[in-house]
Parts: sequence; C-alpha cells; structure tokens
Amino acid sequence: MTAAPTPYGKLARRGVPLIDGIEKVTGRARYTADLDHADALVGRILRSPVSHGDIVQLDVSKARAIEGVVAIVTGADCAHTYGVLPIAMNEYPLARGRVRYRGEPIAAVAAIDEETAERALGLIELEVKALPAYYTSADARAPGAVLLHDDKPGNLERDVHHTFGDVAQGFAAADLVREEQFSCAEINHAQIEPHASLSEYDPATGRLTVQTVSQVGYYLHLMLAQCLEMDSSRIRVIKPFIGGGFGARVEALNFEIVTALLARAANGKVMMQLTREETFITHRARPQTDIKLKLGMSKTGRFTACELQVVQRGGAYAGYGIITILYAGALLHGIYDIPAVKYDGYRVYANLPPCGAMRGHGGVNTRHAFECLVDRMARELGLDPFAVRRANLLQAPTRTMNDLVVNSYGLSECLDRVEHASGWRARLGKLPPGKGLGMACSHYVSGAAKPIHRTGEPHAVVNLKLDFDGGVTALTGAADIGQGSSTMVAIAVAETLDISLDRIRVISADTAITPKDNGAYSSRITFMVGNAAIDAAKNLKTILVKAAAKKLEANPEDIECGEVFRVGGGDQSSLSFADVVAAALVDEGAITVKGSFTCPPDFHGGKHRGGAVGSTMGFSYAAQVVEVSVDDATGLVTVDKVWVALDCGHAINPLAVEGQVEGSVWMGMGQAMCEETRYLEGLPAHASFLEYRMPTIAESPPIEVQIVETHDPYGPFGAKEASEGALAGFPPALVNAIANALGLDLNEIPVTPDRVMEALTQRRRQARLAKSVKAAS
Amino acid sequence: MHAPGPQPKKRLLRLKLNGRWREDAVAEKQLLVDYLRDVAHLTGVKTGCDGGECGACTVLVDGEAVPSCITLAVRCEGRHVETIEGVAKQARLSALQTAFHEKLGTQCGFCTPGMIMAAEALLRRNPAPSDGEIRAALSGNLCRCTGYVKIIESVKAAAGQLT
Repeated sequence: MTAAPTPYGKLARRGVPLIDGIEKVTGRARYTADLDHADALVGRILRSPVSHGDIVQLDVSKARAIEGVVAIVTGADCAHTYGVLPIAMNEYPLARGRVRYRGEPIAAVAAIDEETAERALGLIELEVKALPAYYTSADARAPGAVLLHDDKPGNLERDVHHTFGDVAQGFAAADLVREEQFSCAEINHAQIEPHASLSEYDPATGRLTVQTVSQVGYYLHLMLAQCLEMDSSRIRVIKPFIGGGFGARVEALNFEIVTALLARAANGKVMMQLTREETFITHRARPQTDIKLKLGMSKTGRFTACELQVVQRGGAYAGYGIITILYAGALLHGIYDIPAVKYDGYRVYANLPPCGAMRGHGGVNTRHAFECLVDRMARELGLDPFAVRRANLLQAPTRTMNDLVVNSYGLSECLDRVEHASGWRARLGKLPPGKGLGMACSHYVSGAAKPIHRTGEPHAVVNLKLDFDGGVTALTGAADIGQGSSTMVAIAVAETLDISLDRIRVISADTAITPKDNGAYSSRITFMVGNAAIDAAKNLKTILVKAAAKKLEANPEDIECGEVFRVGGGDQSSLSFADVVAAALVDEGAITVKGSFTCPPDFHGGKHRGGAVGSTMGFSYAAQVVEVSVDDATGLVTVDKVWVALDCGHAINPLAVEGQVEGSVWMGMGQAMCEETRYLEGLPAHASFLEYRMPTIAESPPIEVQIVETHDPYGPFGAKEASEGALAGFPPALVNAIANALGLDLNEIPVTPDRVMEALTQRRRQARLAKSVKAAS
Repeated sequence: MHAPGPQPKKRLLRLKLNGRWREDAVAEKQLLVDYLRDVAHLTGVKTGCDGGECGACTVLVDGEAVPSCITLAVRCEGRHVETIEGVAKQARLSALQTAFHEKLGTQCGFCTPGMIMAAEALLRRNPAPSDGEIRAALSGNLCRCTGYVKIIESVKAAAGQLT
C-alpha cells in the first residue's frame, strides 16, 4: 500500500490501531448481552407458525396466570406502525390481525427466568386462519394472488421507471447488443453478535432507557416515541459495543420496540436476547433479485445504451424496500459514461422475512449483472476487459444523466493498479487449465446526500469539550460498529489541532449525551461526521490560538497550534498545551464547541421521483482482479488471490481502510460463492451458521489492497468512503474468472459446486446433442 | 414474589479459573459458557450462535481450545479453564492481544476473544505455525468483519514471524 503525501497524515501514515481496540482484545468490551442484567426480567417472543393468515384468536390469559410472568404484550398494546420512510411504515412491532411471514412476532412475555418465559409462550392460545402464501416474486405478482397489503395491488411495493437519454437510438448505434438474465440469491448480514436489547422503564420518572444493538440510535429513539406514545424527551437510546451490523441494524427492529413495550408493561427492566435463528429471521438483508440486462456496445467497446429490469423479492413489509429498488437503478450511473439508460424496477411483497439494507445497499446485484455482461461482450468483440472499462470512464467533475455529482474519480488509477499488481497482461490466458483471472469495477456513495428525515438540520454535528485536564472529549452520535468510526473522529480532531491522539476521548451514540446523528449507514460517517469533527476542531483551535496569542502577546495569525504553541515557528516563546488550556479557561470555564456538516442542495440528486437516492458528495471507486481454480470434477471453486484497489479519496486511517476493503471484498466473496438463505414453505432452512455457509478462514484468500487517493474536494482531508465500494466488484470478477477458467458463463449466484456442476453437465449434454445432430444430418 | 420451582440437581464444581482455584454449586446441565458468563461474570466469553457453530465462546481447558457453549461446566472438574480475561498478565497484553490490536485483527471485536483463545492454544503447541496451520487451527472461529487477512497477520506477528 502506498499513499501520496498530503498536508495531513502526521499521525503515522501506516495507520492507527482502533482507539477501542484494547477493550476488544482483552474481553473488557461490553456488548448488549454483557451488560449487567442480573435484576432484569427475561423477554421472549412468540412468533407466527404460519406464513400468511388472519389471527382469529389470541388468548394470553393462561400464560399470564403463571407465577413469575410479569408482563405480556400483544399487537393490542401497540397500534402504531414503524418503519423507515414516513410514507411506507406498514409494520407493527407485534402483528395486529394479520401475520405475513413465518416467525413474525405476535406476542411477547417478560418473566422472572427463561424457563418461566418459555412455559408462558407455550400457554398462549393462538389460532390463525391460513391464507395463500407466496415465496417467489412471480407467485406474489400472479393475477388473483391474495394481497399482503390491501393498498398494494399486484403485491407490488413500488415500481420505478426511469429513462435517461435516447435508448432506442443508442441500441441502433451499437455494433453489438446482448441481453442476459441474472439471478442473485437472498443473503443475510450474519453479523456474529446475535441481536439483543436491554430496556428499562422507570415508572417513577416515566423514563425509558434502551441499550441496544442499533446502528442508528436516533431512528430507534423516534420509533420508540411513536410506538410507545411517549414524549421523546423521556427516552434514551444507548449503543454499547456492537458486534457488527452491515446494515442489519440500521432500521429500528421489531424486537427492540417489543422489549421496550415489555419493560413499560412490567414497570421494570427486560433483557431480550434473540437466538441465532431469531436473528436470521429478523433479517432486513439483501433481497433475492432477478435481473434482465440489455447492453449496447460499439466495436471499440464504448457503451451506447443500457436497459435494466430488476425484480426484488422484498419480503413481507416495506422496510427499506423503496430505497433499495431505487438504488438498484441509480447506481448504474456514476461509474461509467453510458449515453442512454432505461431502468424498470419492481419491489415485490412476499410471505418471507422483510429484506432491508445490506452493505452495498441496492447496487450490488445490478453491478454484478453489468460487469458480467460487459465482460462477455468484450470477449465477443475481442476486446480486453480492462480496455472496455477504460473506454467508458467519466471525467470528474461531472454530473450524470440522473443528476448525481461526481467530484473525484480514481477508477482509472484503480484499474492501472490492479492490472499491474495481478500481472494481468502477462498471465491472462496463460494460466494452467482450470485456472482463470477475472476483473470488475464497482463504486459506492459516501453518505446519502439527502437524508431520510428531511428536517433541515445539518447532516452531522460533533461537539468537543475541553476542560481543566487538557483532555478533548469528542461527542458524536455516529455508531462505531467495528468499522473504526470513533477512531476516525479522534484522528480528525487530533490532526486538525495537531495534538496527540491520546488527548482525545470519543463518546458515541448515546441520545442523551451525544448530538443527533443519522448513524452508521450509506457509508456516511467518514465523509459527514469526519467533516463535522474537523469543523469542530477548527472552532476549538480558534479559541486556543486566541488564548495563546494573548498570553504570548502575539498576533493570532502567527500562532502555531499543537502540543506546544509557538509564535511564528520560532522556539523563543512557546506555551505547552496545558498552559494554553489554562489560559483559555480563564473567565470562561470548560469550553464546548460545535462543528457541523451539511450537503448543499446542489448535491441532492435529480428532481425526478426517487431522484434523491444515489445522490452523494463523493463516490468511492474500486477495481479488482480475482484469480480462481475450478475443479471440473466437483464444481468446487477456490479463490487463490484477490487484488483490489480502492479510491477512498484520502485514507484518514490507512490501517482501517485496508481492513474495511478486505472485509467488504470477502463479504462479496461470501455472496458470490456460498451464502444463500433458503426457505421451505416459508420456514427458514438456513438459520444457523452451519446451514448459512459463510467462508471460513480455511477458504479465505489473500487479499492485496491498494489505496488510491484522489483527494476529493469536499471530503474530510479529501477522504471518501472505504467500507462498501469494493464489495460489489467481487461477484462479477469471480464469475468472469470462472468464465476465463472454464469458458462457462454462469448467471446465478452463489456459484455453489452444484450450480457449477449443473452448468458443466448441461454444456456436455449440449455438446453431445450438437454432435448427434451433426451426425444425423 | 413466589415460591421457587423445583431446583435442578446441582453439584459442587472445583476448577482452576484463570489461574485461581474456586468452587461453585452448579447445575449438572449448566453449560460452561453460562457458568463463565453468569456465575464467574467473565463476559469476554461470547455467545454468537445456537451451539457449536461460531467459536466466539472458545476457551482453553487444560490448554486445549474448546467451545464452551457445547461443554458442560461439570466436565471441567479439577481442570484449568482459561478465558480471554486471564490472558493478560498483570494487565500487560499478551503477544496475541498486542498483535490483534496493532494489526487490526479485530474490528467489531465480537469474535476476537474466541479467536485469540484458539490462536493461543495453537501457539502453545506450535510456536511457529505455517499459514495452513493457522487456517486449520482457526477454522472453527467465524469472523464477519476482517475477511481473515489481518487475523492471519496478527497470529503470525504474535509468533514473531512478522515485524
């Protein structure tokens, strides 16, 4: 890894370990389930045994009569829906009247111990009159299908139709037009920490405190106020350490609201720990997706037009659905120059757990189809895959047809880096039989420019407190879920003030203490919270410099800030940081400053319906090369190595950037090779780590990361996101590598051994058939 | 509030926990992970799955890496159980802890205690493991954040194979 010199980066350009890393390696880090709950009641949820039906009877009286049962709540206890978009909140924390997927929460018990809670669940009398249930998009959309939601004809949550440019003319101008269909299985975040929530309601003060696994505490805070009909000021949501998120915990989740309902009903404290199976059922991950993609290409490899149709099986409720289906179209743009694009997206309801946001939100499956088809057409035209990408690069700054703004663009350099590192030119086509190389590109937003709740507030606010001890405490609502965002905030502050990182403390994600933040989603924290942190640090610097100037009897402009404050670079008159703090506190006391960041409206995307989705101030870009070995006797694919380059603008913490890129590439590998949720008549058949197959350390390849720094004009120190952009490139690079190894084009992921074998068998069968037809004629 | 229900059969368990002998009355069916978390309050031991799938609960029993979620506490009678809390000596991080911290072998940290304990067992029996031996020893420990690249680097660094 190399990084260009920048004005910043005095703090070890090789990277900084996480500021909360020692707690993690010593076992001192407390996750929700580790919090003291000896005095808490045990919460348990009764879940629907059927996929679709009307609740005819729900009688909790026998369960309530057991000694040790303190509270039971049902749908009758919460008449408010919750969700993501204000226009699409159609889910109750506990089902009311109708259940729409197997495992949907129906009732919940708080009892003195686990055995009692389980016994009570068993005594709840439930009768559900079954309705026809649909497990595929096609079945749910079939004429005459029973509607999951009465206001959604055809079980269509949302259809999107966008056309930019003259598509017909584009295809007419093409030398080659190809259309293919792709299918991507539903997958799950599978963060290692199971869901948990600890809620405490104090009837004396009417206050509710929730400690939970949320990536966006503020959303949950709002949903709790709505569902519990509580004054928002009586609620506090705290994020303890979180064992991964990847989007699973961006939405307020049903069990979090249920736990709070139980705590209030019990007038006490309730700990809810979901099993791994329940954690899978809570879901909110990447939907099963059917894609039809048509692409026009000139013989030089220029794209002329693109037509994309995406059908997402979204599960039983809205969740993030509208945003996901919009992303699937919007993220066709912003990476290549495509003169004409038509997009038709369909988000379909089905009787399965609701899908939601997952790393690379909405863009991953579209990118997979696109990069696969581009490779196949390049092959047909005799063009090199790198050359085709290079023929279609954007020039930054630019505005795309759908009004996305590209301010910095390092894809070209990413391509150069991985082409060189992988030895592409020398090795392609010269590998031993069964081995292949494939490549693909991808990109992602650095935070949604237009937030979900359009309140007019800044996108991020950071507070800094400096007191007598000389310590700077950064307060941020941004949730560190393992990606290292608190460390990023600390570095941003330390670099701006040019002081030691050890002076900085970060307190994050506590709605009673930290300023509101839109949380850990859409890779927004580095860009937005980083900028806010720098702004706050600059404001603090102004105060300190003024105090130092007064004390040193110098002009503020001549003061250099740092662990030692100096006049004009000389060492004649200087003050220690502690002396400056003492001087600044005179007559003022503890100093509190604020910094904020706002995306100006110019970056908020197009005026067309849904045009805000995909908009950002900074796209990250990635290119990767994957080397595979394929065993044509077993269909087993082994990834030998991955070379990836990511344009993250500027690596504020190169160590963390590498870690994020490795993790996202690897997560793309899981989706590409083995991960898949499966349901049998709506019953999850994947809901354990034995059935849901993620790559283990044994089959995980070396990943060589290169960081490309384009110094984005708006990013904090020029930085952009680093956690999601590289993910979407892996699945197509893998499928392209398999095509290179075997000459076999696969249109379904994950590429499990049985799928590879099926394709190989089919190819042999077709070859035999062709031979016999030839012989007969 | 109410009379306690029938109590499960208990046994006196004597074991050495992180270097100190102790005795507790434990139910015969109690799992080691629950004993460690709920009785001994060693919450560095994590539960990530519904039994034996993820390795987050890995501890050492007489030096062997064991998933504590599928081990009965009473099976540890007279044995030495070590958890992540016992690895640092006088608050000084072990070589593995230092390496996982400095090389970013930990991101969210949830799998980290189990991962470090599995690696600890490996390095005790094989101080200079190959990549393949590291992969084999840690293949029962799932991580969802790192892609394992920096976990392997961390173990190698702790073994003195990297600077």
